[in-house]
Amino acid sequence: MNQSPVYITGLGNVSPQPATAAGSFPALPAVFESNLWRCSDPGYKEFIPAEMIRRMSRIIKMGVAAARLCLRDAGCDMPDAIITGTGLGCMEDTEKFLTSLIRNNEELLTPTSFIQSTHNTVAGQIALLLQCHSYNFTYVHRGISFESALIDAITRIRTGESSHVLAGGTDELTTNYFTITDRMGFWKRKPVDSLHLFADTTRGTVAGEGAAFFLLQNNPGGKTYARLDGITTFLDPGSFDGVTQKMDAFLQSQQTAIGDIDLVLLGMNGDPGSDGIYHFLASNRLKNTPLAYFKHLSGEYHTASSFALWLAAMILKDGRVPEIVRPESLPGTPQKQVQVPGSIRKLLIYNHFRKNNHSLILLSRP
Amino acid sequence: MQERVFVTGIGILCAIGKNAGETLESLMAGRTGIGAITQFDTLHRGVLPLAEVKMTTEELLEATGNSGSRRFTRTALLGMIAAAEAMKSAGITDAGDCPTGLISATTVGGMDRSERFYAKFLENPSGGRLIDIVNHDCGDSTERIAGYVGIRDFVTTVSTACSSSVNALMMGSNLIRTGQLERVVVGGTDSVTRFTLNGFNTLMILDKTGCHPFDDNRAGLTLGEGAAFLVLESESRVRKEHKKVLAEVKGYGNANDAYHQTASSPDGTGAFLAMSKALEMSGIKPEEIDYINAHGTGTQNNDLSEGIALQRIFGDRVPPFSSTKGFTGHTLGAAGAVEAVISVLALLNQVRFPNPGFTTPMKELTIRPIIADDLRKDHPAGSRFHTPVRNVLSNSFGFGGNNSTVILSLTSNLS
Repeated sequence: MNQSPVYITGLGNVSPQPATAAGSFPALPAVFESNLWRCSDPGYKEFIPAEMIRRMSRIIKMGVAAARLCLRDAGCDMPDAIITGTGLGCMEDTEKFLTSLIRNNEELLTPTSFIQSTHNTVAGQIALLLQCHSYNFTYVHRGISFESALIDAITRIRTGESSHVLAGGTDELTTNYFTITDRMGFWKRKPVDSLHLFADTTRGTVAGEGAAFFLLQNNPGGKTYARLDGITTFLDPGSFDGVTQKMDAFLQSQQTAIGDIDLVLLGMNGDPGSDGIYHFLASNRLKNTPLAYFKHLSGEYHTASSFALWLAAMILKDGRVPEIVRPESLPGTPQKQVQVPGSIRKLLIYNHFRKNNHSLILLSRP
Repeated sequence: MQERVFVTGIGILCAIGKNAGETLESLMAGRTGIGAITQFDTLHRGVLPLAEVKMTTEELLEATGNSGSRRFTRTALLGMIAAAEAMKSAGITDAGDCPTGLISATTVGGMDRSERFYAKFLENPSGGRLIDIVNHDCGDSTERIAGYVGIRDFVTTVSTACSSSVNALMMGSNLIRTGQLERVVVGGTDSVTRFTLNGFNTLMILDKTGCHPFDDNRAGLTLGEGAAFLVLESESRVRKEHKKVLAEVKGYGNANDAYHQTASSPDGTGAFLAMSKALEMSGIKPEEIDYINAHGTGTQNNDLSEGIALQRIFGDRVPPFSSTKGFTGHTLGAAGAVEAVISVLALLNQVRFPNPGFTTPMKELTIRPIIADDLRKDHPAGSRFHTPVRNVLSNSFGFGGNNSTVILSLTSNLS
C-alpha cells in the first residue's frame, strides 16, 4: 500500500473533563466523588434536534455531539466515510431492554431500546443527521475497537476510496456495568484524586467513558493538528519482552528509531495488576524517552485510546506538553529526569486494555 | 498495483447443515431449517418459529473438545466450528505460516449467557455468576475463534447489525488488496437469544408461519442462527502456493440509507448505492450478474425497498434472484457470510437456489424470485435459469441504514 500521508484536520471530544472545544486543556482535572467518571454534558441541544435528544441514550448523544464538534472544527459539512469503534456499544439501551424483558417476562415490551441497542447506532445516527450516504462502519472489538476504525480509515484514504473520513471511538459507562465489573475487581475501592491515580497502589483503576472523533484527510486542509503515520494492534504477546519486540517491529516498519520519538503517551491506569509493562518500558526501551499519561483524565474504558489520540493531536499542534499530563504533576509515574524537547515533533501512543489488546499509534507534527 | 482477492476455503454451520456439504444438499433438496423453538426457554415457544442450529450447546462444546466448560458462549462455539471448517477447506494446517487475520462479525455476542446472569443480577446486585457475563462483548467470540484456529496477527470484530459479516468480508478484502495481510479469515456468527427474538417481536416483524420473502402476503422475517467463514487469500499467495481457488471477490460496496434507524427508504437508496458501488468496483456489467442472493428478509419494508432497488439497477433485466432466508432464517450478524458461502456454492456447483415461502408476486414489483419450477431440468432450454453462473451478487442490509453488497465470481485456477 502506498504510504501517502493521512492528516488529522478536526477534533471533537466529549470526555469526563469539562474542556470539549478543540484548542484548550483543563488546567486542573475535574473532581469526581467516586471512581465512576462520567462525561460532562457539552450542551447537547446545540448539536442535536430537541425531539431527537429525548429518545437518545447517553452514548448516542455523546457520539453525535463529538462528531458534530469535529466536523465544525474541521470546517467539513459532509465526510465521505463514517467509521466508529466501540467496545461495548449502546449499554444503556441494551440494559434497558434486557431488564424489561426479564421483569415483564417477555410481555408488553416496547421497541425503542431494542432498536437503539445495536452497536452501530452511533454511526447510523450520525449518517442520518448528516444525510450522509457514504461508507459507514462500526468495529466492536474490546480494547482495539477504535484502533480498528483507524486502520480502516487510513486504508481507505491511502487507496483513494475516501478523502474525508470521520472516525471516532465511543463508550458509555452505566451504573450496572460499573457494579458488575466492580465485582470482577476492575475498579479501586476508594475514590482517588485524579493526580494521585498512579501513586495509589491498591488494586484496580477508575472507570471512564467518552466519545472522541477525528476528521482524517488525504491533504493538510485548512487546519492540521497532526499527521497519522501508522498504527498496529496485537493480542497479548505473553511477556514484556514480547511487547518490546512488537514496538521495535512497528517502529522499524515506520522507519522510525526510538531516538526520533519526542514523547510517548502511555495508557498507565494505576492498576498494579496491569501497569507492569509501562514501568518495564519506562526503565528499558523507553528509558531515555519523555513520557506522558492520560488515563487520570479519561478514566479506563475500551476506547480510551481515542482520548489519547485527541491529546496527542493537541500536543502536536501546540508543540508543547501540558503540565497536567507530565510525570512531574503525577506522583507514581516513572521518568521524571528525562528532558522534554521544546517542540514535540514525533509522538507514539502505547496502550493496552486489560493486558489483552495492545495498540501502537505513531503521529508526527505536520 | 493492488492484489486480487480469492476465496480458498468455506465453512458454514446453520439450520440446514452442519457443514458446506450438508448445506448444499438441503438447498438442492429444498429442505428448510425453519421449525419450532427447541434450544431455549421462552414465552414464544410453540408460537414463533426459528431456524435453529440443530445441536445443543453441550453438543457444540463436545464438537470443539470443550465438554463441560462454562467458558464458551453459543455464538463463539458456532463460529469456532464454521471457521475451523473454512480453514480445513483451504488446506491450512498452520495459521502461522503467513500473516493471517481474523475478522468476525456478530450482533448478539454472548447475550445467551448475559440473559442468564442478568435475571439473577436484577434480583440482587451481588447475584449471578460472573463467568456468565465475562463473555458478553462482541470481541469475545472472535478471540475464542482466533484461539481455536490459531490466528494471532490481526483480530477484530465488525458489528453493523444485519450487514455485519459482508462488511467483515469487505474489510478483510481491503487488507489483502492493499498488501497489509496475505490471508484473512472473514465471516460472522450469531446465536438466537431471547433478547433478539423479543426485540424483533416488539417491532412486529416476525412471521408466525415462517418467512415468505418477496411474497405479496409476506408478514415478516424468521430469525435463524449460525456461522459462516471464508478464507480469503491474495493472488500472490495463491500463485506461490498453487492454492486451489473457489471464487474471486470481485467487488463490494457499502452505503448508508440515512433514512431511519430501522426502516429502509421507499426508493431503496442505500441498497441502490451499495449495489452500484459493488458493480462499479467489479467492472462487471449488470447483465453479467447471473444470480442474486437477495437480502430478502420477508418484511414488508425490506422486500419492497430491495425489490425497487433491484429494478432501478437492472431495469427490465433483473437477473434470477432469491432469498435463501426461507432455508436458513435470518442469521443477523452471520447472514452476510452465510449467504456469501451459499453464493460460492452456487458458483462451484453451477446452480441457483429457490426462494422458499414464495407463491404470489408482489403487486408493487414487476419481478418475482426464483421458484423451484424454474430450476427443473425439463424447463425450456435456453431459459435464463439454466445459463452458466459466472457472477453472483449478494446483498445484506441492516439497522442503522447499513447496506452492503458483495460480488463473487467464478475464476479459473491460477496455478
